[in-house]
Amino acid sequence: MMRFLAFAERNRKEIMRDPLSLAFGIGFPVILILLISFMKQSIKGMPAELFAIDSFAPGMAVFGLSFITLFVGMLITNDRSNSFLMRVFASPLTGLDYVIGYTLPLLLVSVVQSAVCFATAYLFGLPFHINVLFAIIVLIPTALLFNGFGLLFGSLFTEKQVGGISSILINVAAWLSGIWFDLNMVGGAFKTVCYALPFAHAVDAVKATLSGDYNAILPHLLWVFGYTIVVYLIAVFCFRKQMRG
Amino acid sequence: MTAIEIKNLTKRFDQRIAVDSLNLSIEQGEMFALLGQNGAGKTTTIKMLCCLLSPTSGDAVLLGDSIVKNPTEVKQKINVSPQETAVAPKLSVRENLELIARIYGCNKGEAKQKANEMLESFGLTERARDKAKSLSGGMQRRLSIAMALISNPEIIFLDEPTLGLDVRARRDLWSLIREMKGKITIVLTTHYLEEAEALCDRIAIMHGGKIMVLGTASQIKEETGKETLEDAFLLLTEEAV
Repeated sequence: MMRFLAFAERNRKEIMRDPLSLAFGIGFPVILILLISFMKQSIKGMPAELFAIDSFAPGMAVFGLSFITLFVGMLITNDRSNSFLMRVFASPLTGLDYVIGYTLPLLLVSVVQSAVCFATAYLFGLPFHINVLFAIIVLIPTALLFNGFGLLFGSLFTEKQVGGISSILINVAAWLSGIWFDLNMVGGAFKTVCYALPFAHAVDAVKATLSGDYNAILPHLLWVFGYTIVVYLIAVFCFRKQMRG
Repeated sequence: MTAIEIKNLTKRFDQRIAVDSLNLSIEQGEMFALLGQNGAGKTTTIKMLCCLLSPTSGDAVLLGDSIVKNPTEVKQKINVSPQETAVAPKLSVRENLELIARIYGCNKGEAKQKANEMLESFGLTERARDKAKSLSGGMQRRLSIAMALISNPEIIFLDEPTLGLDVRARRDLWSLIREMKGKITIVLTTHYLEEAEALCDRIAIMHGGKIMVLGTASQIKEETGKETLEDAFLLLTEEAV
């Protein structure tokens, strides 16, 4: 029997029953789309291209997913601090069961997050097209990346630390991904750093998907995949170390 | 028949020896207490026996399987109720029980049936739908032990099962633990000496990672020439300082 499914189901319930997490993960990006869209209608000086809905919505979708790090990190540190993880470590579950068990429910959450984000964008002019569905799929590696960070932080840090560290990551992901300003406008070393990290690539992959520029997707996704694999490998190493006490 | 055979079990953290060449044999169906001050090595011993920590050297054989060579087989036969309540806070009481049953290999139907049995045995039926975090400390401890028993373990480890409970909740839990006596092998760690005396067949007092004395409460009192287990405990742990 696939024991990890029982563990994954438990993790899904723990996350979905935390209204604050859901409010931040799903509600915050939606509020920002609403806010920016209303501001764009009222303030004439706002850069039209950057805050066009098909440009802004991909950024918000990636931003929303960054909260997964916080959800997973908090869940694991809570499980560690009340010894729930000790109870399940003493069970026949394997290391792989834990990794899948902490990953699967968040993939589901990520699909819901992306769908809600694009549905809100649709109200402000994002055309409904098959590319929107492709964009939700393209966002999955990004969801895995943030999930990997959550596993890593949850394994390394305490309950108090994980909130702060995740917030830093969420901010880094927001500011270095080109959501709030055009990276070409800043250029130079800043742009180089941004494109050496996966977040701007994640946003560009979604933008390319929505615009139907399929050839441009893979090069960006390769960056996201690369980081995801590295982060997961480190997270699994740290998690297994945690398992061995 | 022997349930647990511990041979020269040692755990070293850097330069500190937490458990020092422990040798011990526990019979099937026995209720055994490990006593000791904080840092005596009780929890480290339990963690090694539950395959949560690898021993630095030595081994323990649980019902024929080594914790070093066959941890997966060992894990299928044991269960643990950790020092903290270790429940999933946002899951209901029933969901917590079903989760553990399913992790140990039950299908959904079996898990539900076993959860019903546990709810009834532990007086939790009325709270079955409540979230675990809403239970009192005593009820959470009950749930924790029920979660440890739902997999039908042959050996159960209870790490400080009554820590922080009021007198009534502690006595209630004692009755539940007494009902398990003889049916499965129970290894219990506690700071409450009267708890060990009231519940356990044999007691080991640990200090500095070593067993200072082993026997029934009466044997320990006789051996140390003290009238109470508490006096014997203080004498044994003081002498070793």
